[in-house]
Amino acid sequence: MAGYLFRRLLQAALILLGVSFITFVLLYVLPADPVRQIAGRSATQQTVENIRQQLGLDQPLLVQYGRFLAGLVQGDLGRSYLQRTEVSTLIASRLPASLLLMAGGILCELLIGLTLGVIAALYRGRPLDQGLMVTSFVAVSAPQFVVGLLLLYVFAVQLGWFPIGGYGTLAHLVLPAVTLGIMGSGWYSRMMRSSMIEVLRQDYIRTARAKGLTRGRILFRHALPNAILPVIAMIGIDIGIFMGGIVVVESVFGWPGIGQLAWQAIQRVDIPVIMGVTMVSAGFIVLGNLLADIVTPFIDPRIKMR
Amino acid sequence: MKRLLLSSALVMAVALPVAAQDYTPDPNATQGGTITITYKDDVATLDPAIGYDWQNWSMIKSLFDGLMDYVPGTTELRPGLAESYEVSEDGTVFTFTLRQGVTFHNGREMTAEDVKYSLDRVTLPETQSPGAGFFASIQGFDEISSGEADTLSGVEVVDPQTVRITLSRPDATFLHVMALNFASVVPQEAVEEAGADFGKSPVGTGAFKLADWVIGQRLVFEKNEDYWRDGVPYLDAITFEVGQEPVVALLRLQQGEVDVPGDGIPPAKFQEVMADPDQAARVVEGGQLHTGYITLNVGIEPFNQLAVREAVNMAINKDRIIQVINGRAVPANQPLPPSMPGYTEGYDGFAYDPEGAKAKLAEAGLADGFTTELYVMNTDPNPRIAQAIQQDLRAIGVEVEIRSLAQANVIEAGGAGEAPMIWSGGMAWIADFPDPSNFYGPILGCAGAGDGGWNWSKFCDEGIDAMATKADSFTDPAAPERLELWSEVYQRVMAEAPWVPVFHEQRYTMKSARMGGDDSLYVDPVSIPVNYDYVYVTE
Amino acid sequence: MVDTAHVQLQPPIAPASVLRRLMRRKLALFGLAIIAVVVGAAIFAPWIVRYAPNEQLFEGLTLEGAPMPPGGEFLMGTDLLGRDLFSRMLYGARTSLIIGIVANGAALTIGTLVGITAGFLRGWVGAILMRFTDLMMAFPALLLAICLAAIFRPSLWIVAMVIALVNWVQTARVIYTETTSLAEREFIAAERTLGASGARILLRHILPHLVPTLIVWGTLGISVTVLLEATLSFLGVGVQPPTPSWGNIIFENQTYFQAAPWLVFIPGAAILLLALAFNLVGDALRDVLDPTQRGRD
Repeated sequence: MAGYLFRRLLQAALILLGVSFITFVLLYVLPADPVRQIAGRSATQQTVENIRQQLGLDQPLLVQYGRFLAGLVQGDLGRSYLQRTEVSTLIASRLPASLLLMAGGILCELLIGLTLGVIAALYRGRPLDQGLMVTSFVAVSAPQFVVGLLLLYVFAVQLGWFPIGGYGTLAHLVLPAVTLGIMGSGWYSRMMRSSMIEVLRQDYIRTARAKGLTRGRILFRHALPNAILPVIAMIGIDIGIFMGGIVVVESVFGWPGIGQLAWQAIQRVDIPVIMGVTMVSAGFIVLGNLLADIVTPFIDPRIKMR
Repeated sequence: MKRLLLSSALVMAVALPVAAQDYTPDPNATQGGTITITYKDDVATLDPAIGYDWQNWSMIKSLFDGLMDYVPGTTELRPGLAESYEVSEDGTVFTFTLRQGVTFHNGREMTAEDVKYSLDRVTLPETQSPGAGFFASIQGFDEISSGEADTLSGVEVVDPQTVRITLSRPDATFLHVMALNFASVVPQEAVEEAGADFGKSPVGTGAFKLADWVIGQRLVFEKNEDYWRDGVPYLDAITFEVGQEPVVALLRLQQGEVDVPGDGIPPAKFQEVMADPDQAARVVEGGQLHTGYITLNVGIEPFNQLAVREAVNMAINKDRIIQVINGRAVPANQPLPPSMPGYTEGYDGFAYDPEGAKAKLAEAGLADGFTTELYVMNTDPNPRIAQAIQQDLRAIGVEVEIRSLAQANVIEAGGAGEAPMIWSGGMAWIADFPDPSNFYGPILGCAGAGDGGWNWSKFCDEGIDAMATKADSFTDPAAPERLELWSEVYQRVMAEAPWVPVFHEQRYTMKSARMGGDDSLYVDPVSIPVNYDYVYVTE
Repeated sequence: MVDTAHVQLQPPIAPASVLRRLMRRKLALFGLAIIAVVVGAAIFAPWIVRYAPNEQLFEGLTLEGAPMPPGGEFLMGTDLLGRDLFSRMLYGARTSLIIGIVANGAALTIGTLVGITAGFLRGWVGAILMRFTDLMMAFPALLLAICLAAIFRPSLWIVAMVIALVNWVQTARVIYTETTSLAEREFIAAERTLGASGARILLRHILPHLVPTLIVWGTLGISVTVLLEATLSFLGVGVQPPTPSWGNIIFENQTYFQAAPWLVFIPGAAILLLALAFNLVGDALRDVLDPTQRGRD
């Protein structure tokens, strides 16, 4: 187990190294000059050259990348070109909001997805089941920005139940979290349904039924715990999908998270910030996949660790 | 030696129009209260040497002071931290006498050494100030920016209350430069203590000081009790909430949660607001020193032909474009906005005339039109305006392909001279100070036409450049001959048609019912968008 | 996240019988109907619409510059530039379909090539390829797409390429898993011992068995592609104006979502329906093509 873990961690580190290199190269060839952004419109050529030199942007690509890596291993992501603040500070101040949003999104997708999945499994083949499965497809097919704008329009603008945007209270979290969670809830309801149907077929459920246990008891004590585990193991993989989704959801709701930070940085080629957000996001994705891989064997003994 | 003394009100009344006397505070103003202001974009920094964004410009103005300042709500200069100044006859030596007893937020008294330190700091390459170029006329600027010197030889401390600044050439705009945020006086010890994070923990002499800052969410300014101007500021505190979409901000204003939406009234809500008399009464309209334009790259065919540039000028239906932005602008016919000194009244420019435009194209041998590209920044409403331009040009046979890109990419393409046409929206020129020269050098002069410069037309006419230099060598910025010279500069530029001036945007903002103070404070041409020091609340 | 293990080995099925079985499913039929409508709209757009999609009509805006609501002269109203929304929707269907087919086709091709090569060759080539797909999995896809779009000055084809570059990874992993399990089968081993060349085994035995998987993934993938194109365009880094795309119609008009909700929700509903249609058909195809799944529902 320890050996396996070590190998996986090493692999994760290599993956992150690769991500950092590719992103760095992409930003290097980007047809936009960060120095122009810093120097402003009245700058003289001299000022521009000075800044380029000070930031080391006149150095060859590999030298620049080497410097970035050297900083990275010391936990130093550099300073934002435009905000002049440590990138780590900027990310640290915005990450809590993004994590809160993700947690809210995961809670929503599980709550909606698992409930609907169980109901569909229990009514398997009947109209309710079919209706729920169509609904799950609609959820999976709905673009997040349309869902977000629709929820805003109905529940914030027309009904006034929730704030129109912003951050702070639980009420602010509801609409963005639902928006983020809806797509996943579609997947979860389908997975939960199959998993539940599978479990209900098992011998021990039949035995339990034969023993005359009540329906509720069979469902909650025996079937649900077994059916839910393989589904839960997917949460790790979800993180990667959420990391993409938050850019859109944060933009629609004005949520002060790292998605907005990344978006602003891309607009103005603030390279250290783009690198920082990419690395942090990739770190979460790798970690999530790792967790999913580690947890799965415990839940499903048929899968062995390689 | 000609002397301009501003030390006593009597002399000032002679030297300058009455309005420029020290501002008469609003007699109805009441002390106290806290207001909430929103912005969409995050505040990057409050370091006066660095901040150059829409939202932090006025914030920095309230935290810091420079030697010069403006009368609130106007573009007229008045002394700031300087109590008075003298100018030598040739206009190259400025001697400033500082006010006594002005203290920084950290309690230390401000002296002439601080002024020198601040000017050295803003021009030193290590500071990477986007405003360093404004100080180019100070003696020793070239040495400091090339790294040969670490101090400006032209700035001398005569005694703790006196600073003498020597210019390498007369510069009519110098006093305006000294009123820019970049010339704010900062305390050395606070800058050194905070290091690169000074922008997050600013210490100045201004009317407000930073009390709290949650990055990406909100900033709180609180009143500087020891502010050197008597009676102001009126407000106890200001809360700035950032990351708020303009539409959201306006809805919150309608619900009474916000006092001023920093980004103005969004187009989507404009008609609704104007249709309601109660809300419309709280709308404030004001001009701003802004011009939106299309650059025509004279280095790229067929825009190297004057007739083609003229044709494009004649083909653009400016009224229709203004309709796209709900009529919140006035059509432009020259680079300068109407409220700028040096604006040419009665100048007609190019009238909308598609038939004439076709004739011009035929004259250039392009009767069948041609194909070109228009670069535009990818935030609303700019892609829409670009499409309106595209349609106008199609009418005269010119097929335009739109390149809607992130701001940085458009600036890069413009600077490198790759873009045949650029719509300036979102990156447009808003004057740094109210002087006609500010619309020339970097964006129309030869200085900006080099690789990477902001002169995206790559237009460079040495004859016009020489006139501009001559105009800037006057000592008095408001001298009628100087303004006439500038007027001629821009008329000659328009004769060459490197730009299509499209419109001058009007600012429309709104305030909550409890906000007091003259309307001009809410559309202050310098302290954009609000002059925080002089507004107050009535309840 | 689609469970992949269920698409099992089986002999290829005749197209006619697949279609027949598909038509028996109500949901799949619904999906096919929507796809047919969208394809029809895209093809016949020039004959259906009254105004050109990019024509900014003077009567398309009120005097104050506001868009016209649906009904009357303009079936779906006008946008903020006074263009006929109905016309833009129909032409936007072209964009969505072109990107859906081209981008997804490219992603499928890249993914299949990588997956087959890695799964069949194994060894260090396979290892490198699969580590590379792992690496791509760790990229925040949307950020990557935005960066790529910024580098390559977006056009319709570039947007399709960017989407393909982001989307091939899933296919590669699925195909890899299938190819490895196929390569281990006895009949392949038998072929090998009979001295069949690698290329022959690949073409004659492995590829045909991958076809059902590719069909299912190809269909489901279009839905993912349509959504990604809409998202990129919504962020302003997708298809360039004035070319209409359902995503950039929303981008251009979203600040008006209260004053003119039709400008946001009509294209929004179109995106949803098209993505839904491909998902329904893809899901039905999976059931039809996969005997182990049959009878489960």
